[in-house]
This record gives sequence, C-alpha cells and structure tokens, in this order.
Amino acid sequence: MKTRIFSTCLAVAAATMLLFTAQTSRAAELKGQLEIFSWWAGDEGPALQALIDMYNKQHPGVTVVNATVTGGSGVNAKAVLKTRMLGGEPPDSFQVHAGQELIGTWVKADRMEDLTPLFKEQGWMKSFPDGLVKNIGTADGIWSVPVNIHRSNVLWYIPANLDKWGVKAPASWDDFFAIAPTLKEKGIVPLALAENWTANHLWESVALASLGADNWDALWSGKLAFDSPEGVKAWELFGKVLAFTNNDATSLSWQQATDMVVDGRAAFNIMGDWAAGYMSTTKKMAPGSGFGWAASPGTGGQFIFLADSFGLPKGVKNRDNALAWLVLLGSREGSDAFNPLKGSISARVDTDLTKYNDYAKSASADFGKDRIVGSLAHGVTANEGFMSDFAAVMEMYLKSRNAQATAKAAQQIAVKNGIGK
Amino acid sequence: MRNQDRIKAVLTLSPSIILIGLFVYGFIGNTFWISLTDWGGVAALAVNPVKNYAGFTNYIDLFTGFLGGGFRQDLVNAVYYSVMLLAGAIGVGMFLAVMLDSKPKGEAFFRTVFLYPMSLSFIVSGTIWRWMLSPQGGVNILPEYAGLQPFTFRWLSSTGSILEFNWQNLLEIAIYLVSAVLLIIGLRLFAKTPRQSLLWLIPGIALGLFAWLGGEMLPKALFMEETHGFNKATFGIILATIWQYSGYTMALYLAGFTGISQDLRDAAMLDGATTASYYRHIALPMVKPITISAVIILSHISLKMFDLIFAMTGPDNGQTGHPALNMYLTTFRANDFARGAAIAIILFLIAGTFIIPYLVSSYRQRRGKP
Repeated sequence: MKTRIFSTCLAVAAATMLLFTAQTSRAAELKGQLEIFSWWAGDEGPALQALIDMYNKQHPGVTVVNATVTGGSGVNAKAVLKTRMLGGEPPDSFQVHAGQELIGTWVKADRMEDLTPLFKEQGWMKSFPDGLVKNIGTADGIWSVPVNIHRSNVLWYIPANLDKWGVKAPASWDDFFAIAPTLKEKGIVPLALAENWTANHLWESVALASLGADNWDALWSGKLAFDSPEGVKAWELFGKVLAFTNNDATSLSWQQATDMVVDGRAAFNIMGDWAAGYMSTTKKMAPGSGFGWAASPGTGGQFIFLADSFGLPKGVKNRDNALAWLVLLGSREGSDAFNPLKGSISARVDTDLTKYNDYAKSASADFGKDRIVGSLAHGVTANEGFMSDFAAVMEMYLKSRNAQATAKAAQQIAVKNGIGK
Repeated sequence: MRNQDRIKAVLTLSPSIILIGLFVYGFIGNTFWISLTDWGGVAALAVNPVKNYAGFTNYIDLFTGFLGGGFRQDLVNAVYYSVMLLAGAIGVGMFLAVMLDSKPKGEAFFRTVFLYPMSLSFIVSGTIWRWMLSPQGGVNILPEYAGLQPFTFRWLSSTGSILEFNWQNLLEIAIYLVSAVLLIIGLRLFAKTPRQSLLWLIPGIALGLFAWLGGEMLPKALFMEETHGFNKATFGIILATIWQYSGYTMALYLAGFTGISQDLRDAAMLDGATTASYYRHIALPMVKPITISAVIILSHISLKMFDLIFAMTGPDNGQTGHPALNMYLTTFRANDFARGAAIAIILFLIAGTFIIPYLVSSYRQRRGKP
C-alpha cells in the first residue's frame, strides 16, 4: 500500500518534472528568426517595441527582425508586402487591417492559414467580442489576431470653446444643422475636414447615421443596393454636411484639421480616436477637460470599429516562432502592454483598464455595450478593390455633388468588386 | 574576311539583343497580354491567378466606361501638363541661357544655381513645394511682408478648371485639331507654292466645315455628358516641375550657344543685327536639334511623372491626377493588374508617338551622311 502511494507520488512528481522540462524545453526550442512586417514606425514605434521586448523575454532564442515600411495606414507597406508575397518570400507575420482588407486580398487568394485552432486552444473565442470575431472571419475560418481597436465615429471638440460660443455637441445631424449656420456667421468653420481619405472617413459616420446599423450591415452583405433610395439619401445628407466644412480641406492633413478645432478656428471634427492620442500626447491636452468627445451625430450606441491585426501567411520559414508571436499578441498582457502606448483600446473583454487614459476607458466601455459595425475607410467592410475605387467615386462626388449619379457609381463598383459575395 | 567580321559582329551583339528582346520587348509584350485578360478577379493575388482572355474590355472601359472618368481626367491632365511644362521649361531655360550667354559677372555661379534643382530628387523638391504652396503659408503669405493682403489662391487644391470640353465630343474635337494642322501647313506653304498648298488647305477647310456642320451627327464617345478641363490645382505641380527642369534646358541651350563660333556673331553684328535678331535668326535656328531633344526629353518626363505629384498631393487627389499615378494605384492598391497593365500600355503608346518619329528622323539623318 505504502509503496503504491509512494510510487504514485513518484510518478506524479516525475510527470510534473517531465511537464516542466517539456515546457521549458518547448520554450527553449524556439530559435532562429522571426520576421514581422508592419507600418508602425514613428509615434507607433514604441508600442511595437514593447511587444518585441516581451517576445524576446519569453523566447530569448529567437532573433526578431522588425521589418517596418513607413507611411500612414500602410500605403507603402501594402505595396511592398504584395511584391514580397508574389515573389514567394512572405514575412513570418504581417500587420493588416482586420476584415475585408485581409480577407478580400489574401484569404480569397488562399495565402493565409486558418487560425481557428489557435483561437480555440487559447480560449480566444470568449476573450474577444462576438461582433469582432464575425468581422475578422469567414465561413471557412478566422484569419488574423486583432491587436487593437480604434473607433472611427467620434466627434471631437473643445468644451471651453463650445461654452464660449454657446453651443452643445450635437446628438444628431439635425442638431448640427441647427447650430452650424450661427457658427458660420461668427467666422468659425462648423466641421473641420482634411484630405481625401478623411472625406471617406466622414462619409461612413454620416452614412451610418442616415442608414442605421442594420442597413449599414445590409449594404456590405449585398442585401441593400448603394443606389437604393436609402443609399441616395446618405449621399444627400453627406452633401448637406459638406456645405459646413472648410474649403481648403484637400490640402490639409488630418492633424491640421484637428489643429483647427484645437485653435478655435473650427468647432468640430470627426476623426478616429487616434486624434485622442494626438491631442493628449502631442498637444498635451487633458482628455475630458481639455478636449471632449461624443459619438458622431446620429450614431450614439453604435461603434464603427477598425482593428490592426496580424495573420499567418502560408509557407513561412519560421512557423512556430510566428505562432508564438500571435499567442503573445492575443494575450491580455501583450494587449495591455501595446495599447496604452499606441493610444488604442484592447480588443479583449477582460482588459486591465487601470493602464489606460480617460478617453480609452470610455471607449472600452462603449465597445463592451455598443452595436459594433465595421469601418469602410479602414478596411473592415470592403476589399481593397472597392476601397480604391471608392476613393475615385468620392472625388467624383466632391466635384459634381450629384448624389444620384454617385450612388449609382458606388453600386457599380460594388458589383465590380464582388461586395457581399 | 568580310564574313568573319559579320560572324564576330553577330556574336558580340547577340547577348544584348537577346537580353533586350527578353527583358524589354518580352515584358512589353507580356504587359500587353495581361491587359487583354481579366487577371484573377477577386483572387488576384493567388499563387496561380486565373487569367481569362477578355479582349479589349479594359481599354474600352477606360475610355468609355462609367467608372473610367478618373482616368480620362488624368489623361487630360497629362496633356495639359505636358504642354505647359514644355512651354514653361523651354521658355524659362532659353531666357536664362540667353542671359548667361552674354557672360555677365558671376556667370559660373548663376549657372550652378540654376542647374542645382536638377540634382534634387523629385520627392525632396515635391515635399518642399508642397509646403511652399500650402494654402496659409509659403508663397501665399509673401505679400504680407510688403504689408499687402496674402494671396488666397489654392495652388494644389483648387477645384475649378478652365478650358473645359465635353468628352462626348472627342471625335469632333479631334477632327477640328486635324483640320487646324492642315490649315496651318497649307498657309505656311501658300507663299512659296500656292498650288501645292491647296492640297493641304482644301481638305483642311472641308474637315473643319464637316465638324462644324455635322458635329451633332458624329457618334458620341460617351453615353453621358462629362466635362474635363485644365484643373487649376495642377498649376502648383507645373510650377514645381518648371522650377526643377528649366535649369536643365538652360544647360542644353548654353552648350549649344557656346558651340556657335564667335566669328558668326561678330559677322552678324557687323551687318547691323541687334542682339535680339541675332538670337532669333541665327542662334536659335542653329540649335534647333537641341530644342527638338529638349522637347522629346521633357515630354516623356512629363508623361512618366509620378514621384513629384505623389509627394505634392498624395495618392487620391483627383484634381491633380496623372495616368502614371492611376496605374500604380490601380495595380498595387486595387489589385486590378489587368486594368493597370492597360493604362501602362496606353502611356507607352503615347510616349511612343513622341519618340518614334524622333528616332526615325535621326536614323535617317545618320543614314544620309556618308
């Protein structure tokens, strides 16, 4: 009897020992290189570096090669990535906007590995909200690990200025149209706008307000046509909003449009929540008192999200190292190390909110309870072909201001690029 | 002996013939083939994309399709851009060369100063000019230093355009252009050989009348009205390009002027020529080959222009678009490789219309000499 217990103990101890050695040896086994490809340089560089440092600590045997190609929202990086993928030399893992930008380009081309097993193994099905998992996957699998979440439909303002002018942040576009003429009379631009892509950005906030979340989703699943009466109405509303924007928009960067609000030359600006990072870090303003925010008019309770994510291309050289990288990205620790520095919120539901600033806390709260829909301007709802053509359609609208013709053109590019298929 | 020479010649030439054949003409052919396909549709980046032969669909869409409007405007931009660049860079370059040809004090210094912009990369000069031409800074606030109102012209973001025409009437406009060319040739010949000039004048007048009277009956190039014109926003880009290239044309002309013997100039002066008439009747006709090569070089530079525009107004500014930019975005951003290839072939053909006549004439000239 005694011997039996003893031997059981021994066996358990041995097993534990084995398990430990197995684990340590598994960690130590990882060696060689890991090449990660992204467009995070400059302001976002430190956030990426925090992740790389964590990875180095966990897997000291691996040399991380940080291949960044600069250029906002990856204009240059995406082209470089394409030549590398076509040349049969994929990086071990690359940054990509979650959603159709990944799916339309790389998943349809059968270049990515399904990450569903990894999501199941790590218990991520419960860690990420349903709306998010639906947007980053297709019927055939889940294709990337989201690292961060940004919100697109945010209205920014300076509370002190609004008090001075005697206006309040509008909850709907009708509210906005009620106060905009008086602002204009005072020589203040009601809504600051910048170069072309920010017009697309504004369009999605306006269109969501006009269509509502259900129709917005129907638009992207191909159930609602762009040139339907609802679709045309969205363009008409957009035209009315444009009448209250600055006329030198196309030569401004988004930061300059935000500056207009900060300097008191404009009352409002609709921009993604990287504007919060810009105002709090670069402009040293306090979230809440220094600058204020609200959901863009008519989109309260709705959250247009966009996310950066990393995927696993087929046929990479260091697959195990890349998997370990993805595990780190999806983990709570990794996420909470990265996002406070990047100025975004974590995609996970169990995030440690104490590490974030006031804006991020409020955005996290909204992300937990709002209706989540995808962003067009930042690659969630439509593939790259549509996005590129949509920029041309937007140019057409800015020039002609013809809602009917533009809606028709939008429908044509949707058919051409197979939206909803 | 002669045979052996020939064999040697073939042997030494064949590597470059094969390489050029493969890497230049082979790839041009391949691009043309791609432009006739539909390249994979949505799965454009698959390992082996499915390519179906689609005929000239891509070209037809670009010129007459609903969604090709951006490309058509880009093409119009490129034409205006080339013309303005040629006039500007050659005019300014010639002026500077004439000034420096009279050997003022510090000639070497000014020569370097004017030629210097050439050595900058387009990205650098584009970025500088972008700042200089920003709406509330740079050039626009210059008058403030003199106590005047600042300019308000938006160099890179105006939305207005001038010299507009309807793309539907493309055929009519083309006929007018041909008739104008015929008339000009005819009128120039009229003084010398009146009879021969009629051969040019009569068809010219007939074509002009035909377009004027029957223009309404001509087939429309497009099913809807679509106006294109010279966008005022391209002024800024043209300005920057002229700044960068006038020094280059100056150097070309200066080399030509220095090559003219001083005796000729002295002789002309003795005959009572003023400086202006010396340049007009003697120097400029003598450097005509230089003018021609400057035109060729500048026109195909303007057709291939990419980096300067990209640096100055970014990828999605339809006002200042250019086919080369459109080609890059269509290919590498929208993943539409077939359409991108079609734009590339169109650009190639346009550049060819400038360069091939030049090559043919210079080849003939060389053959003419013993």
